[in-house]
Amino acid sequence: MNNPLSDFDRNVQNLQARIDALRSATGTTDEPDESKAVSDALEQLATRTTQLQNRRYANLTTWERVQVARHPERPHTLDYIDLILSDWIELHGDRRFADDPAMVCGLARLGERSVAVVGQQKGRDTKKRIMRNYGMPHPEGYRKALRIMELAGRFGLPILAFVDTPGAFPGIASEERGIAEAIAVNLREMSVLAVPILAIVIGEGGSGGALGIGVADRLLMLENAWYCVISPEGCASILWRTPEMAPAAAEALKLTAPQLEELGLVDEIIPEPVAGAHTDWKSTAAALGARIEAHLDELSSLLSNELIQRRIERFNRIGEWREGSH
Amino acid sequence: MDPKSWLRKAIGRGVKTPKRKALPDGVWIKCDGCAAIVYRNELVRNLWVCPRCDHHMKVGAAEYVALLTDEGLDLEIAADLVSVDPLKFKDSKSYKDRIKAATEKSGLRDAIVAGRASIDVSECALAVMDFGFIGGSMGSVVGEKVARTMREGLDRGIPVITVARSGGARMQEGILSLMQMAKTAAMAARLREARIPYISILTDPTTAGVMASYASLGDVIISEPGALLGFAGPRVIRDTIKQELPEGFQSSEFFLEHGMIDMIVPRTEMRTTVGRLLRHLTLESAKK
Repeated sequence: MNNPLSDFDRNVQNLQARIDALRSATGTTDEPDESKAVSDALEQLATRTTQLQNRRYANLTTWERVQVARHPERPHTLDYIDLILSDWIELHGDRRFADDPAMVCGLARLGERSVAVVGQQKGRDTKKRIMRNYGMPHPEGYRKALRIMELAGRFGLPILAFVDTPGAFPGIASEERGIAEAIAVNLREMSVLAVPILAIVIGEGGSGGALGIGVADRLLMLENAWYCVISPEGCASILWRTPEMAPAAAEALKLTAPQLEELGLVDEIIPEPVAGAHTDWKSTAAALGARIEAHLDELSSLLSNELIQRRIERFNRIGEWREGSH
Repeated sequence: MDPKSWLRKAIGRGVKTPKRKALPDGVWIKCDGCAAIVYRNELVRNLWVCPRCDHHMKVGAAEYVALLTDEGLDLEIAADLVSVDPLKFKDSKSYKDRIKAATEKSGLRDAIVAGRASIDVSECALAVMDFGFIGGSMGSVVGEKVARTMREGLDRGIPVITVARSGGARMQEGILSLMQMAKTAAMAARLREARIPYISILTDPTTAGVMASYASLGDVIISEPGALLGFAGPRVIRDTIKQELPEGFQSSEFFLEHGMIDMIVPRTEMRTTVGRLLRHLTLESAKK
């Protein structure tokens, strides 16, 4: 389905490119007055462009937000690792079947701390996208993540889980190797890990494939990320009987960060640059990194059994019902 | 005890008589497996397993409680919980209307019935899903009732049995349904720490969010024969990988072959099998 924002983004980019070209051209004229008038006009144009962009992005529909979350230029897990962490060492393999490139795991430093990192990884160009299987892990991805998280548990490292997946891979190989079991075991084991766990939805939080590394003490979401029980397309196929109704499904599912915050599920929303994280990786990563450190500082004062108790209670409280007859 | 009298007993104790027709009416019933026309009483006697082809027909929670337990549910767990509509969800129908219609049609309060029971004289906490209520989907109520059933097992030190029959998490409750997977899995972790036996029974169908949470976490996992089991629905897989699925893919037999379940047990032997397992799992710790 077409991205409703791509035309707008392309126009803005063209406009900015022309402004930049004219700016460099105006420097070459010998008439100072003329040069001043032209550069003033250019500044006005640039301001106007930014205003347009601000206005457009301040009024995104839910479906448009989903497109921002999927933007190919959006920073992915390894980009955040690069921008926020240092001394990164990637660790590979589930020790049972294979190494899943759709899930990256490893150790790194954040300020004074060593941390363990797990996260789904998407590719940016066609070749990498295929290599990373569009960020859809197989069972071995979840098992690798659990192996690293258990390692973190043994050595007392806090865990950062970067969530960015349309879902676990739905295919024959996944079923043969027990994708449901792999996710279920992660949910069970993460709930009793004795180290702080921070889950950060940086793009897409698609269903069980997202939750499979998402059982955490704190849940952070980037402003334009989405997180839900099913993708809008999947929901539309089932309830509306056509994936074309995905925009309506996205609206109904209440899957944006502000909506999840309203439901009490998100601890903090990390603001993005006006036109999305893809327009300024550095500032997005800086904002996220600072908040990760702050949350880890808070969690590190808890004893491990307190941490586990609170984590289980956190999930036990989720849900709405009433008592009585219909 | 003959099967009909268990059924009467189970329905008489705790589990409310469903107002609906959980199973087809009429004296003669066509088997969905082999299309044979079977005498209804014969099917009832055979626990809704086709005597010609062994096809296990879908039965409701009340019927499953009756066939699995000695005397039905002694005491229901969280019987009063009913679903609300936290997202104000609406597709072609509002979720509120779907809940209402499902309640009227099924006579149930949600897609699960739970309580204390004895199975072949072993006391346990039991939760049984019902596909007749919004496809057996797991929303807040189902997740909470599974968690409370496990809590009952923990508090009383009795084994926990779940019978899954579900299309997965309930879309109409969005993220809240997804989080029920974590809730039930966390309770399964507590059971494991406390060394409380947990047996998960899978019936047709068990897929998606239920398969990827508590249903996959039994110390022992049993399936009825010929059940559809899996993570993603066959249509989703076909759309994603654009290839035909192998014969028998996502069946109980496929799961057994790939090491994902312990055994396939016919419905008619389920109660005695669970009873034997429970005795093995509790005998040694009972000596201490």
